Amino acid sequence: MLRTNLTHVLSEQEHSKLLQENDNVMICCGRMGPMCIPVYESMEELEGEYKNVKFADMEFDIPDSRVIRNLPECRSFQGLPFVVYYKNGNVVKATSSIQSKEQITEILDEHFGKN
Amino acid sequence: MQNHFDVIVIGAGAAGLTAGIYLSRAKVNTLILNEGAIGGQMVLTHEIANYPGVESISGYELARIMKSQAQKFGCTIKSNLKITNMNLQGDIKEITVNNKDIYTSNAVIIATGGKSRTIGATGEDLFKGKGISYCATCDGDFFQDKEIIVVGGGNSALEEAVSLTKYASKVTIVHQFDHFQAFEYYVDEAKKNPKINFIMESKIIEFLGEDKLTRVKIQHQQTGDITELDIDGVFIFIGYVPNTEKLEGIVELNDWKEIVVDKNLATNIPGVFAAGDSIAKRYRQVTTAVSDGTIAALNAAEYIINSPYAKKYSID
Ligand SMILES: Cc1cc2nc3c(=O)[nH]c(=O)nc-3n(C[C@H](O)[C@H](O)[C@H](O)COP(=O)(O)OP(=O)(O)OC[C@H]3O[C@@H](n4cnc5c(N)ncnc54)[C@H](O)[C@@H]3O)c2cc1C
Repeated sequence: MLRTNLTHVLSEQEHSKLLQENDNVMICCGRMGPMCIPVYESMEELEGEYKNVKFADMEFDIPDSRVIRNLPECRSFQGLPFVVYYKNGNVVKATSSIQSKEQITEILDEHFGKN
Repeated sequence: MQNHFDVIVIGAGAAGLTAGIYLSRAKVNTLILNEGAIGGQMVLTHEIANYPGVESISGYELARIMKSQAQKFGCTIKSNLKITNMNLQGDIKEITVNNKDIYTSNAVIIATGGKSRTIGATGEDLFKGKGISYCATCDGDFFQDKEIIVVGGGNSALEEAVSLTKYASKVTIVHQFDHFQAFEYYVDEAKKNPKINFIMESKIIEFLGEDKLTRVKIQHQQTGDITELDIDGVFIFIGYVPNTEKLEGIVELNDWKEIVVDKNLATNIPGVFAAGDSIAKRYRQVTTAVSDGTIAALNAAEYIINSPYAKKYSID
């Protein structure tokens, strides 16, 4: 399990349950590595601000992370973490490698807004 | 004043957090303002094996401990913010965050560290995470049996080139000069590795591909000849630049944009000190950043004790 304060997605079932129960979801799929940690940290800080978004992480090295790894939107990705944004169960944005809090905020505002 | 502190530290890497620990422990009311993730470059380091007293620790863990140490002594840390204005002249220093919140202090320690240098070639931003990486330990395994380039000629570049041969079928080191800056040991290790070959005196000038990187344009520095090379990935290790862009015209910088300090780590502005990788110095390590943070903190504390403010409010 990743050492973050985010909701952990541990299986394919939990992944689909999360998408069913929440309209707006951001999942960071990574490791406890240098490019991933700053993204988790930004998400932890943004969690309080974006009450309408469910923030979660998923370990890249578990087999069930194929739900993210195998997404067509992630096909060209070659840098951790893979971050996927879902609206009503559909992928609206996906990014590869480190992103700043500013870049994440921009995506959240564009696709989910804040309330 | 709620937003007034004795000392504001800019940057929460090894230097800034150490300054926070020393100042807060001495009951100096201290605020650390940090733009990125807490820990700075330590967070980018998988394993630190040369920090005395700890045989081996992940950079993330070391940063987490330093942060919690500073907070336990009462230091306030605010991270993931943007400093939008700095007025460091005069007895009261003023720092604006996110264009709205103003924090003031009697002294400031600048500990903004450094960041990876980028090549600046066309397509570099576009293919970040899609073939271009700055972290071998993070992304090496995406290049199993693939052909990759490592750009650079220093210790990191050659060491990482060797480590990437665990995954890649072929590693080409592209370096702008005809010789390496790395220690001989790293050069020898790379030269005797059968998977590694070299393109010297050359620079990548363009990254090409559709949805991911597939090709690069390389220019020879002497002849100007441009060649194209099919490639699956490029790892870039061409050193670090100090995070001092926002300080230009505010404190004295040298030709390399490093902050000029005296032996007390004081800058040219009274009450403004600097520490860590952003200052002009030769060795950039966690130990040296920690040492700088200590010296800057103790001198900043002494400065405020002797300042007109201290005479009014008396700091113990
Ligand atoms: C991949 C890698 C491996 C390394 N391995 C080792 C090792 O094994 N051992 C070792 O001793 N050293 C190692 N180092 C070097 C070491 O990490 C650094 O020398 C040290 O951490 C520098 O600390 P610092 O506090 O000066 O700067 P930084 O760690 O760069 O921290 C500066 C902080 O300031 C923030 N900042 C920047 N600009 C602003 C601004 N305008 N406003 C507010 N905040 C700002 C940054 O976001 C950052 O959080 C390594 C470095 C790297 C990159």
